[in-house]
Amino acid sequence: MMETNDFEHKSLLELRNMTRSYPGLLANDQVNLTLNKGEIHALLGENGAGKSTLVKMIYGVLKPDSGQILWQRKEKLIASPAVARELGIAMVFQHFSLFDSLTVYENIVLGLEAHQVGDNLDERIVEISQKYGLPLEPDRHVYSLSVGERQRIEIIRCLLQNPKLLIMDEPTSVLTPQEVEALFETLRRLCHEGMSILYISHKLDEIKALCEHATILRHGKVVASVQVQDETANSLAAKMIGEEFSAVSMTAAHPTGELRFVVDQLDYLATDELSVSLKQVCLEVRGGEILGIAGVAGNGQDELLGVLNGEIRTTPTSAIQINGKGCADLGPDQRRSLGLASIPSERLGHGAVPGLTLNENTLLTAHERIGLVRMGLINYQKSEEFGLQVIRDFDVRCHGIQAEAGSLSGGNLQKFIVGREINQQPSVLIVSQPTWGVDAGAAQAIRMALRKLADSGAAILVISQDLDELIQISDRLAAICSGVLSKAQTTAEVTMEQIGLMMSGVETVEDETKK
Amino acid sequence: MIPYLEKRAEHSQTMVYLSPFIALALTMLGGIILFSMLGKSPTQAMHAFFVAPLTNLYGWAELGVKASPLVLIGVALSIGFRAGVWNIGAEGQLTLGAICGGCVALWFYQVDSVFVLPLMMIGGILGGMFWASIPAFFKTHFNANEILTSLMLTYVALLLLSLLVHGPLRDPDGFNFPESRIFHEAATLPIILSGTRLHLGAIFALIAVGGIWLLLSKSLIGFQVKVIGQAPAAGRHAGFSVNRIVWFTLLLGGGLAGLAGIFEVSGPIGQLLPSISPGYGFTAIIVAFVGRLHPVGSLFAGLLIALSYLGGENAQITLNLPIAVTGVFQGMLLFFLLACDVLIRYRIRFSSASGLRHD
Repeated sequence: MMETNDFEHKSLLELRNMTRSYPGLLANDQVNLTLNKGEIHALLGENGAGKSTLVKMIYGVLKPDSGQILWQRKEKLIASPAVARELGIAMVFQHFSLFDSLTVYENIVLGLEAHQVGDNLDERIVEISQKYGLPLEPDRHVYSLSVGERQRIEIIRCLLQNPKLLIMDEPTSVLTPQEVEALFETLRRLCHEGMSILYISHKLDEIKALCEHATILRHGKVVASVQVQDETANSLAAKMIGEEFSAVSMTAAHPTGELRFVVDQLDYLATDELSVSLKQVCLEVRGGEILGIAGVAGNGQDELLGVLNGEIRTTPTSAIQINGKGCADLGPDQRRSLGLASIPSERLGHGAVPGLTLNENTLLTAHERIGLVRMGLINYQKSEEFGLQVIRDFDVRCHGIQAEAGSLSGGNLQKFIVGREINQQPSVLIVSQPTWGVDAGAAQAIRMALRKLADSGAAILVISQDLDELIQISDRLAAICSGVLSKAQTTAEVTMEQIGLMMSGVETVEDETKK
Repeated sequence: MIPYLEKRAEHSQTMVYLSPFIALALTMLGGIILFSMLGKSPTQAMHAFFVAPLTNLYGWAELGVKASPLVLIGVALSIGFRAGVWNIGAEGQLTLGAICGGCVALWFYQVDSVFVLPLMMIGGILGGMFWASIPAFFKTHFNANEILTSLMLTYVALLLLSLLVHGPLRDPDGFNFPESRIFHEAATLPIILSGTRLHLGAIFALIAVGGIWLLLSKSLIGFQVKVIGQAPAAGRHAGFSVNRIVWFTLLLGGGLAGLAGIFEVSGPIGQLLPSISPGYGFTAIIVAFVGRLHPVGSLFAGLLIALSYLGGENAQITLNLPIAVTGVFQGMLLFFLLACDVLIRYRIRFSSASGLRHD
């Protein structure tokens, strides 16, 4: 009993009935949350559950419509991030705000108030980075750093302000498993010293590993506030999604069919500094098989997709073969007629045109294989039939075929795009980030649809940064790092640690030195 | 109470159609203020501008004469603008069309054949296409901005026309005036309404409206134009070639502008002069936008802008207003239209002064 009382005294931040709406959307509805000193508190929810809105209000970026914020049990009005920082609230955003062309030190200075800089700033940077296991060289330029190192700059920038509360928004979405472990070590140490951490995520394993309390949001409302140790990953998922979560492994033993998709020593030279060159990429996918390609963002995934689906043409012709036919120098529509379909990671503006109707978006990639154009004229009726079939088959919630693609929610639009490609019955399908930013229900439906397509004899290549997803659906796994693709391994036999090494390019280097 | 703009969840379809009318009303209001400041009676001025020109059949026919080149070029430009290809040089393409078609007419001077006129029209189209192909080439090969290249080529074209009518094409019996010979009968456009100047070009403008409406709504290339204009990456993913669309839209715009050019010189003007257009190629940009980049919209917008030309001339005669009033009116219309278009994506809200909003 004493302990509970003590707990209440330690309350650092208390939110009461926080409400915030956007046009046509109630993002936060009467949200309550209590965060104690020295605890790591998880804010858990699917994409679009309202997590970001809530923390933006805490950090003074957004103004609540109503509700109270109690900081150390006194009501405060946090009108701007400057006020939040003054109180002792620091935040590491999902997207970093760093200048590539400046050094680590210069970036840190830029983020501080004038009075915080002082004379011995470099010493303090080194001190903090050693104390909390955040190795960084202050003189390195940011463009030469990995994503994990960039995140460390942001964390150090926050720690220099001696915050009482550190907010971290989806910090691990871009990290390798090893980097995640190092980050957790740092966070635990901070928490041990009395700092509170609000940890935003939808990854259940991480929350199990790191957090004590969890507040779970669904559709802008708090659905549960729990002690993490009393919960299992499944029970947390159930609360988050609102239905019993079935994490069935979908990689049963599949008889592998004929060789459908072959990439043989494919090279691509980057055209500008921001893109990544691909070096000697080799892979094979058989009918009935899903090959997963893991990797941290920005290691050549976009370039790989472009080269494979024909948006970027290369030579020699035989470097890419669809059903035995060389096609590396052909465009997207010619590759489609050979049996290829592809789904890019960016839905709006790449996979679909937001301002056009679903019917027109059907036409976009289906006109070739379904034969929707004759003598330069479009058969809109036939495309409507095809589009409606997609909507029915994949349970796309929309106001009909004439709805603008941009009016659909992320998950529904993704189901539509995936359905549009699958219903063309491709023999090879290349998908990038199939469930990125999609709610768990839709994600599960999409994964099952991919599995079904593979079972019907198609070869599928999935490029994703979501390791859990890849492990769930792919038969074999490879990873891409700096434009080099590792050898593929059978998913059932590979360990998390091996995948981490593959993602950081170690496996490939060792391989080469052996030779 | 401070007004502020709030983003709409969806584009307002009502505002898409309402915006030109609000802009027109604001232009009228601006005109009334302008005329009052000039010391003219606003009612009288408005009457002279918008009513007087249309009180007889001749006036309506003149409306058609002015509207034909505007509509012809406006519909063609609207296709390019939809694709995100900003051809600002239709005036130059019109001029080249007039030069090339005019050369055909002068080459066959006094040849009495039904083939002269069609040949002139082909010459005009090819001339305009040639002029538009220069920015297309630079855009597709060197990624040069077509706004700059097409605009600058307009001045080259105007100087070329001036050079020609001062030199090689000057009328040998014309007392050294910088004009070509007056085109002979077979090289002159037939009048379709006797007693007026309404010529065959009006029919072609209507055909262009219908043709481009079909192109946009039914053809694959029209679909590609829409996709590439809104989401080039989605176009590439679908296998549509951006370069092909750049060529197509510029050649189409240039061809129809060239056709408008030859219609002007073989119709209302009847010869090559140093100045053959009161800026139809530039004004057609306003036509395209006021017409919501839609062919039928461009038709009505073309008629409206044509009226501003007639009204400007009439106001010049009856009220002693400077001809610049026409340009001011057209400018105001485009200005207010672009301002009103903000309301398609945003709505106006009022908040109390204390209500700080951070988004």
